[in-house]
Amino acid sequence: MTSQTMTPDEVRSGPAPAAGNRRAKPSPVGQLVRHVLLLLFLLIVLMPLYVLVVTSFKSGREIGVNGQWSLPEVWTFASWEKAWTALGPSFLRTFQLAVPVALISSIIGAANGFVLSRWRFPGADVVFTLILFGMFIPYQAVMIPLREVVQSIGLPNGIPTLIFVHVVYGIPICTLIFRNYYATTVPVELIEAGRVDGAGLLRTFRMLILPLSGPAFVVTVIWQFTSSWNDYLFAIFLSNTRNGPITIALNALAGAQSPDYAASMAGALITSLPTLLVYVLLGRWFIGGLMAGAVKS
Amino acid sequence: MRSWKRPWLSGLLLISPSLILLGVLVYGLIAWTVNLSMQDRHNARESKGFAGLDNYVNLFTADINDRFTHSLKNLLVFTIVFMVGTLVMGLIWALLLERGARAEGVFRTAYLFPMAVSFVASGVVWRWLMNPGEGDDAGGLNAVFGGLGLDFLQNPWWTDPDWGMAAMAVPAIWQLSGYVMALFLAGFRGIPNELREAAAMDGASNFQLYRRVLFPQLTPTVLSAMIITGHMSMKMFDLIMSVSGAQWITEVPAVYVWQTLLTSDYAKAAAISVFLLVVVAIVVVPYLIHVNRAEKRS
Repeated sequence: MTSQTMTPDEVRSGPAPAAGNRRAKPSPVGQLVRHVLLLLFLLIVLMPLYVLVVTSFKSGREIGVNGQWSLPEVWTFASWEKAWTALGPSFLRTFQLAVPVALISSIIGAANGFVLSRWRFPGADVVFTLILFGMFIPYQAVMIPLREVVQSIGLPNGIPTLIFVHVVYGIPICTLIFRNYYATTVPVELIEAGRVDGAGLLRTFRMLILPLSGPAFVVTVIWQFTSSWNDYLFAIFLSNTRNGPITIALNALAGAQSPDYAASMAGALITSLPTLLVYVLLGRWFIGGLMAGAVKS
Repeated sequence: MRSWKRPWLSGLLLISPSLILLGVLVYGLIAWTVNLSMQDRHNARESKGFAGLDNYVNLFTADINDRFTHSLKNLLVFTIVFMVGTLVMGLIWALLLERGARAEGVFRTAYLFPMAVSFVASGVVWRWLMNPGEGDDAGGLNAVFGGLGLDFLQNPWWTDPDWGMAAMAVPAIWQLSGYVMALFLAGFRGIPNELREAAAMDGASNFQLYRRVLFPQLTPTVLSAMIITGHMSMKMFDLIMSVSGAQWITEVPAVYVWQTLLTSDYAKAAAISVFLLVVVAIVVVPYLIHVNRAEKRS
């Protein structure tokens, strides 16, 4: 076990090609079986996506029991319009939530990670462990008084409150990502150079370290954007359908006893589009955050 | 130069805002919740006094219909199926991809994509897929089983009173197997090639290579995966609220907390929350200490 952070590239690129070449080639039958299995699992994993898309374009009459899995006979945007009417305002609010959370969390994480990767103040290990434990707690254990606290410090309900709590409870993971990044990629000599030049800690951080922090920033920005976008627990405790994020609105749309499945599924797709887009465009950094979540990584 | 004489001091200043925030909003509020859980406060009014551990004892002995133990049983079934399911699926996918397959990037990206989706959104489609109707009423996956002539696979999914929670774990497995796969791929990647070569030199078969050489190296990966999925399971709330809503048959402690708060029984909600926290801490704290030590050794 090492403290090495797997960089996203390492995770994605599989085994070194050189090693593969040196081993005996797998039998053609084995290769065939492998690819058939891979394709089969691919179909299973993508099946819910197929259902979402197909159903969202069906008209109310086609939702019945027959032909559930077939393509729509008539493609219609009616359900998308209905879903957008229900989710539109919260969709924009969720951007107002997730973007600030991503940026603020990253800056805080960078400062913390820098300090904890370099300065061994007395009790640094204990402090770090206490910080990390903060990302494993079931948030129910803080939620009841948290409502009172955010009210008593006068934060406006809804998005401002949620920005605050996501930033605070995002500190552990962001600190961890930056600490691992700095511990493995920023050479000690660089900081020593700053020290010789007489630069203070803050200046060293700003001038020497921050410009090198791009990759870790991307990871924490994506991570915090995704988790605050997808959050439901804080949202349901600290906001409502009028001032809360999109997960609340989606649950209101889809959670009825007999939901309008076409509109619900269009809504689920609308809700998922931003994070899916981030994943498709920036997937390798997304995985970097996942790996850091495993602490050891 | 002054600030470098005792460099950790300025460092401590830089991180102190975070430490204070976490100190208050994690540990301070946990203390608050623990205190609340030991109060006689079962409605919106002030506490009627200190109740010691009564609220905890009552969860196990005096809860109507053994609601709390019922929710724990549900959580146990869910956790076991979820953890085993993600480990098995993640390992299979990693094994299939580990030595490079054609278009492996496409498969990896596709297997991981559910991680980017919220439980609330995926719950919408899984609720549809896990339609409990059977036979002529079959919908969702049951309709597929019927169409394929696999009628025996048709089942009531999460509406089954005994094993419904096993079905509830299916969407969670779908969502997180890709993550466990990524952990395993990273684990395989961390094994020095010399080990594989040495095994090949000794004439080890593929099976022996994995069984004797590679799998033992993956113990830390399995541990990480179990910690991650295990603690997620303890907190499981979004998915259940989205698939079934809050109802008896699928109730787990995290949902029970929410339902209890709706009735303003603050002390009871706090006691359930603290119980969850303790379970998570028992598993996670030794793990964090272990990781910390291992890191120091290397």
